[in-house]
Amino acid sequence: MAKGTFEVKVGLAEMLKGGVIMDVTTPEQAKIAEDAGAAAVMALERIPADIRKDGGISRMSDPIMIKGIQQSVTIPVMAKCRIGHFAEAQILESLEVDFIDESEVLTPADDNNHIYKNDFKVPFVCGARNLGEALRRIGEGAAMIRTKGEAGSGNIVEAVRHMRTIMNDIQWLTTLNHDQLMSAARDLQAPFALVEQVAKIKKLPVPNFSAGGIATPADASLVMQLGAEAVFVGSGIFKSEDPASRATAIVEAVTYYKDPAKLAKVSEGLKSAMKGIDMSEIPENQLMQERGW
Amino acid sequence: MVRPVGILALQGNFSQHAAMLLHLGYAPIMVRYPKDLEACRALIIPGGESTTMSKQIDRNGLRAPIKDFGKKNPIMGTCAGMILLSNSKNGKNMDPLNIMDFTVDRNAWGRQVYSFTDTLKLHFDKRKQFKGTFIRAPKINQIGKQIKVLAEYNGEPVMLKNSKHLVCSFHPEIGKDTRIHQFFLKNLHD
Repeated sequence: MAKGTFEVKVGLAEMLKGGVIMDVTTPEQAKIAEDAGAAAVMALERIPADIRKDGGISRMSDPIMIKGIQQSVTIPVMAKCRIGHFAEAQILESLEVDFIDESEVLTPADDNNHIYKNDFKVPFVCGARNLGEALRRIGEGAAMIRTKGEAGSGNIVEAVRHMRTIMNDIQWLTTLNHDQLMSAARDLQAPFALVEQVAKIKKLPVPNFSAGGIATPADASLVMQLGAEAVFVGSGIFKSEDPASRATAIVEAVTYYKDPAKLAKVSEGLKSAMKGIDMSEIPENQLMQERGW
Repeated sequence: MVRPVGILALQGNFSQHAAMLLHLGYAPIMVRYPKDLEACRALIIPGGESTTMSKQIDRNGLRAPIKDFGKKNPIMGTCAGMILLSNSKNGKNMDPLNIMDFTVDRNAWGRQVYSFTDTLKLHFDKRKQFKGTFIRAPKINQIGKQIKVLAEYNGEPVMLKNSKHLVCSFHPEIGKDTRIHQFFLKNLHD
């Protein structure tokens, strides 16, 4: 019997495709997410929009809070640790969370290294803005990639930029001859074996989800049409006026992303979305997407 | 002749089932609307989250059409798909389709850290073992009289069939071994 292999980790990522993973801070919110049809929930103490507002150091959540959410739902429960903070990851693994997000939303603990994720039995998801960053994370053992977007912004522009960049990078690789792949690996700062694999299979070796700014059913459809295999919605649901209806609408939008008439129908009468912020309003040193190396 | 086989594509691992069908020379049809079933000769309900799929089946008017489809045509359910084909009454927060006479305990092998791969024997093909991938898998408990066990793991049934339908608690779409899909699809060769 083999547990915690890369294959078994990627297996759970494959099962989450076509779904929505929702940030929740209480068991009550987790129930709302599950009832709406979330494929998984992300348990955290403060959603990104509040982390951004409150400032200070943002860390792994209280185990009591994570356990409360695990007991309240049957769908997979994810939790976040700080970039490079393998001790937080060890604690989350001991709590038997189903997935760990080594996340730029929390304050990084190591300004040079990410966690060596192959050491763990629990699968990890990591953010990426381009193909090189995605392949470095997969090289460390990430079983799922999510484009970073800009968490807590309610603004889809960065999520779109990152998804387009990764897809363009993959397309570019597939146009190269084998003797050009080493220089591509050098330019991407990515492991050569993974660059070879992507050039061959024309996609990432693990599922590629979208995150960071999705606030409406149309946003979900947009990133799915650009190539996302599922979406994370952080602040977009519980910072909106009617979370249950919005959560349900986004779940349906991810399934029916190619059907504008259906998208129109699920978008009807949703109360206000989260307010959101323009990128120019965020000082450069407060961009979460810049965290990670 | 290309034989169209539907895959319920609401949520979950429909893409790897589609890849396997294409490899075997079948035409996968992604089923998201009741009318998509009209062209299909068989249906696969993939792994994913059974709560999510159950809610989306009801929201999108698919419950009665899938049940009707199953009266005449074969359905294969893998993992969450197996849960949906069962007649479990204890389906907290989800509603199975009651298409086959057996019950399950969801996530009974444990959370993701207990997910595993291991070899198991297929009763219909003893030449070679099958590598089963169990992801937060359900366990089968009660089995009706018309049901036949096709594979066991550690003394637990993990694959069942009746006269038409087939279910397994693991993921035959993961990996390159196509025997389970072939076994399911052989009914379609007229």
